[in-house]
Amino acid sequence: MNAAEPMLSIQGLTVSYDGIAAVKGISFDALPGEIVAIVGANGAGKTSTLRAISGLTPWGGSIVYQGESLRGVAVHQIVERGIAHVPEGRAIFGDFTVMENLRLASWVCRSRPVLWQAMERVFTLFPRLKDRREQSAGTLSGGEQQMLALSRALLASPKLLLLDEPSMGLAPLVVRDIFRVLVEINRAGTTILLIEQNAYQGLRIANRAHVLETGSIVLSGRGSELMQDQRVKDAYLGG
Amino acid sequence: MLYVLQQTLNALQLGSIYALIALGYTLVYSILRMINFAHGDIFMVGGFVCFAAATYLQLPFAVTLLLAMGCTAILGAGLERLAYRPLRDAPRVSAVITALGCGIFLEHFVLWLSPYPQHVPALLQNQTWSLGGLSVSSIQTAIVAIAVALMLVLDFIVQRTMLGLAMRGISMDMKAVALMGVPVDLVISSTFAFGAALGGAAGVLYSLAYPVVDPYMGVLMGWKAFIAAVLGGIGHIRGAVLGGFLLGAVEILVTAFLPSTYRDLTVFTLLLMLLIVRPHGILGRPTLQKV
Ligand SMILES: Nc1ncnc2c1ncn2[C@@H]1O[C@H](COP(=O)(O)OP(=O)(O)O)[C@@H](O)[C@H]1O
Ligand SMILES: [Mg+2]
Repeated sequence: MNAAEPMLSIQGLTVSYDGIAAVKGISFDALPGEIVAIVGANGAGKTSTLRAISGLTPWGGSIVYQGESLRGVAVHQIVERGIAHVPEGRAIFGDFTVMENLRLASWVCRSRPVLWQAMERVFTLFPRLKDRREQSAGTLSGGEQQMLALSRALLASPKLLLLDEPSMGLAPLVVRDIFRVLVEINRAGTTILLIEQNAYQGLRIANRAHVLETGSIVLSGRGSELMQDQRVKDAYLGG
Repeated sequence: MLYVLQQTLNALQLGSIYALIALGYTLVYSILRMINFAHGDIFMVGGFVCFAAATYLQLPFAVTLLLAMGCTAILGAGLERLAYRPLRDAPRVSAVITALGCGIFLEHFVLWLSPYPQHVPALLQNQTWSLGGLSVSSIQTAIVAIAVALMLVLDFIVQRTMLGLAMRGISMDMKAVALMGVPVDLVISSTFAFGAALGGAAGVLYSLAYPVVDPYMGVLMGWKAFIAAVLGGIGHIRGAVLGGFLLGAVEILVTAFLPSTYRDLTVFTLLLMLLIVRPHGILGRPTLQKV
């Protein structure tokens, strides 16, 4: 694959619920190794966009990943192909222990060595999870749950990581830690598509970013450019 | 005292059959929040496969049991694939009505094949041992032993394997399990197959104890086992076992001390009273959606 060829290419994507359009024909792409951010207010259609890519919701338009359309591909096959999705609200299995959460996420690991290597990596990134591996996941703090959600995604050794508001409900210091790890994961070669209501954090680490408003992209540019944009400052960065 | 002990033994036999059927209801409920009302009729099909295997093929008992479990497993997974999967996003009540319809279809399909009750030939040689005044039959022992063995196998699968982990995960959050790369449909099919196989096994064990099968035998047994599952806490595997044995015990003890015509009335009244005290069953806890 040519390095300049997008890893993910989205053209005219639409998502509707009961005939009401939530995503109205947006187009964007992500190059290998990039961090792409989509920022926007609550209800703009950010989550719907990610759910479409993962096959969790019906969609129109085109989604091409590594040169192949994802139309008709089942959710678990999309994961097998290398797209991991950390959903909104993290979706931790609260009645499971940390280790059980990780074991279930290791379903796609093809062999023991691959599994142990992935586990090693996860516990190096988040030593705190290693100490708490027998603890019930529902009793973890919000930050620890986000670490666990990220860890589960990493066990699939993804090429593309979809993150739905990783900063949601977390204290600023914890958010900084999580974003530091995201940059680390990205440097190690994983492309990231990041969705944030917390526009400052999202734009800070993004190579390119798009602003989504009621289902349409209204502004696109480099992350650093958008941070300076007056409209973005007014609407999303608190002036 | 001896009499009570003797009746307790009998209760174990009946209870283990209820427990096996109840497990099928609870397994399906725990992952889909749906009551598979065709399950009692799957039990009946198990009985008929047993009858056919023993009468026409004269297969040994172990093979008969495995055959009945295999056929009902395929039937359970097939029903899920054809009838319930298309309705997975529909209101729960549609799936429940469909399940009732599937049950009636199974009854009438078997009725068409075999309009009369059929006698099942002896599958095992019966022997009765006397232990200090208690009489224990080999059939009774076999029923309880096989049922308990199957429950242990199921417990192992659910608690110790990746498949079981996925099943338990689905009961919490199906979408999240799919995002872990788990083929959720396959796990759901397997769950239906396991539940139905246990029901089929119960049909065989029932035919050991009461060797007559008829197309409507699953109706009352199905309702009772469903109640056993609710009693134990629907969705809880250990609750289904507990509920099954409890129902068996109550039934046998009521019959032992009251005229047998009062059996079902007394049993159901007691169970309803228990559910007033513990609406979510013995081991259950409140959940958001109930059928
Ligand atoms: N499952 C659903 N059913 C109906 N409407 C939905 C559903 N999910 C989202 N919506 C609607 O679609 C729009 C976009 O939602 P969403 O993608 O969750 O936005 P965001 O993640 O940016 O907050 C909103 O108006 C929301 O109410
Ligand atoms: Mg959202």
